[in-house]
Amino acid sequence: MKYQQIDQFAAGLAREKRAAVYDGSKAGYDSRYKALFTHYTAPDELRHLAGEIKQHAIENLDTYLPQVEAKLQENGAKVHWAADAREACEAVLKIMRDRGATKMVKAKTMVSEEIELAHFLEKEGVECLETDLGEFIVQIDHDHPSHIVKPIIHKNRREIATSFEKNGLGEYNDDPGTITRRARQYLRHKYLAADVALTGANFLSAESGRMVLVTNEGNSRFCLAATKVHIALIGIEKIVARDRDLAVLLNLLGRSGTGQQLTSYTEFITGPKSAAQPDGPEEMHVIFVDNGRTDVLESDCREILRCIRCGACLNVCPVYRQASGHAYRAVYPGPVGAVLSPLLAGKKFPEMADLPKASTLCGACNEVCPVNIPIPDLLLRLRDKGKQAGSAAASAATPPMGGYAILATQPAAWKAALSMGGIINAVPTPLLPQAAKTWVETRGLPPWRGGQFRKWMKQRKKS
Amino acid sequence: MSASSREAILNRVRAALTPLPRRAAYPEFGDNVATMPAFDREADRWTAFSERQKLVNGMPMVGATALATWLRENGHLRGYCDPTLWAELAPAFGPEFSVSTDYDRAQVDEYAFGITRAAGAIAETGSIILNDSTTSRRLGALTPWVHAAVLRRENIYSDVAAAIAALGKDTNIIFCTGPSKTADVEGILIEGVHGPGVQIALLID
Ligand code: SF4
Repeated sequence: MKYQQIDQFAAGLAREKRAAVYDGSKAGYDSRYKALFTHYTAPDELRHLAGEIKQHAIENLDTYLPQVEAKLQENGAKVHWAADAREACEAVLKIMRDRGATKMVKAKTMVSEEIELAHFLEKEGVECLETDLGEFIVQIDHDHPSHIVKPIIHKNRREIATSFEKNGLGEYNDDPGTITRRARQYLRHKYLAADVALTGANFLSAESGRMVLVTNEGNSRFCLAATKVHIALIGIEKIVARDRDLAVLLNLLGRSGTGQQLTSYTEFITGPKSAAQPDGPEEMHVIFVDNGRTDVLESDCREILRCIRCGACLNVCPVYRQASGHAYRAVYPGPVGAVLSPLLAGKKFPEMADLPKASTLCGACNEVCPVNIPIPDLLLRLRDKGKQAGSAAASAATPPMGGYAILATQPAAWKAALSMGGIINAVPTPLLPQAAKTWVETRGLPPWRGGQFRKWMKQRKKS
Repeated sequence: MSASSREAILNRVRAALTPLPRRAAYPEFGDNVATMPAFDREADRWTAFSERQKLVNGMPMVGATALATWLRENGHLRGYCDPTLWAELAPAFGPEFSVSTDYDRAQVDEYAFGITRAAGAIAETGSIILNDSTTSRRLGALTPWVHAAVLRRENIYSDVAAAIAALGKDTNIIFCTGPSKTADVEGILIEGVHGPGVQIALLID
């Protein structure tokens, strides 16, 4: 294969889409930088601390999971466990069926995307409506989100206006304010008519059993004010040890994701509504989802479980900016996805083994990560794993290195090659080795200047 | 399914962690490690809060009369008010207002404003804190275009860390930092997506 799949996707991306993704991610990067570096004198130290907080939690999940389960039960929530996507979907369906519920409103959760919940429920005759504006637009377009925080970063207002018109949400109007008002009007009646609210959780404290949900739109608030049953799908890695950890993580999450001090709505939920409160869920269910996470925990890439899904690594990544999220062929795009998707793929690992190669290893993702995940190291480990597994995808578009290896390990051969290297300046493109040919398709080959160092060394020794 | 899945997952977690030669320790850190260093924790809390709330497009206000005047000037004449607050606020509102102390879901589109109690506020971030025991109706604080949260001076925390340390037992606590917003469409900021487009913090002494 001449190109990696991500390259192929990027090459075919419409100019307009590439511009939208590039501008959107760059804006995200800029606002992050501004917030962190004007608010803090040493934001890097905070990132390291946050990383330690999360690493501690995931390396002690055997203690914290049973602890948080007991807390949740004490707080009046019912706890369920789902080993894989199928079990998670069925657990949701069972809760709904037992209550004769047919309508669900859903706040954005990455786990639900991962287990393809909406698709599953619709086949079972359950109406399952996304309420986050971006996710709602993705849903009516039968599209996929292309960014963790900005699901429709790849769409422009004209496309959105067209789908609103097609879906009976008013005449064509591409003013973002009008689009938002129309969604507000349409969705509020849907919330009020729904039986069940589904959310994820950004954090879950083992100390108190408190789950934290952050949104800017307030859709999760509406879900939890209008319906009688709350189901929270929570990946087992969302746990933190103590409530005080939340102050560090929340301060970093808002700033890293969207450049906000805090996201507009930060909700702390410990159970069903209180008795005196007329609105809100009378029942709360927590479904702990594994779906490959214990495999990640077992691997030498467990640091990726620290991820708090802020999207900063996507925004900064030169590959993501050119290729967009859909190029990563999975729920989690960008650098985090290049690590997480192959790990979560289980038996399908070989098919995803090209993703860790879609990186220049520039290290920017590690530098911006609020929990300091060494993404480039993890990518290298996964490249190795891909080779070991004999995955064809892991070697896609890798030029044959056998000849190079011989040269590089034999000093005499290396020297000879260097002295003749100048020839390459005169070789016409069709005769170039494959690797160089791919290179010159989009840019020039630098003029050969090799061999000078040895000469210089010799001279230096003489004098 | 659930019982055996529980055991299966916990067993896998144990199997993954047991081989680790040592586990990452819980790091040591001070409670205010993530508080902004330039933020003056000793400053007058209401003043500090109102400045920060304006930065997130919230509206700090003092006294029932200021609220009634603003609502009138902006044509928001119909609303919901927490019944335990109305007696205190009513004198500031003239006969042109139609205020209900009983929220009716069927009338969701009729309420232009909602007035409920705030449990507190956070000076560092300009956030209002709502919770289940002080909010009379979750919907009343959420669905109207304008939400006014009635705040007492003594309930303003200096920073996020202090507010989290004081979360307590309430089952549903919300930090509201500015109005509901989105930037999903081409990154353009639009306020008032599902929740209030205007978030007022009303100080009543
Ligand atoms: S890996 Fe780090 S930077 Fe990327 S989304 Fe996760 S927390 Fe954010």
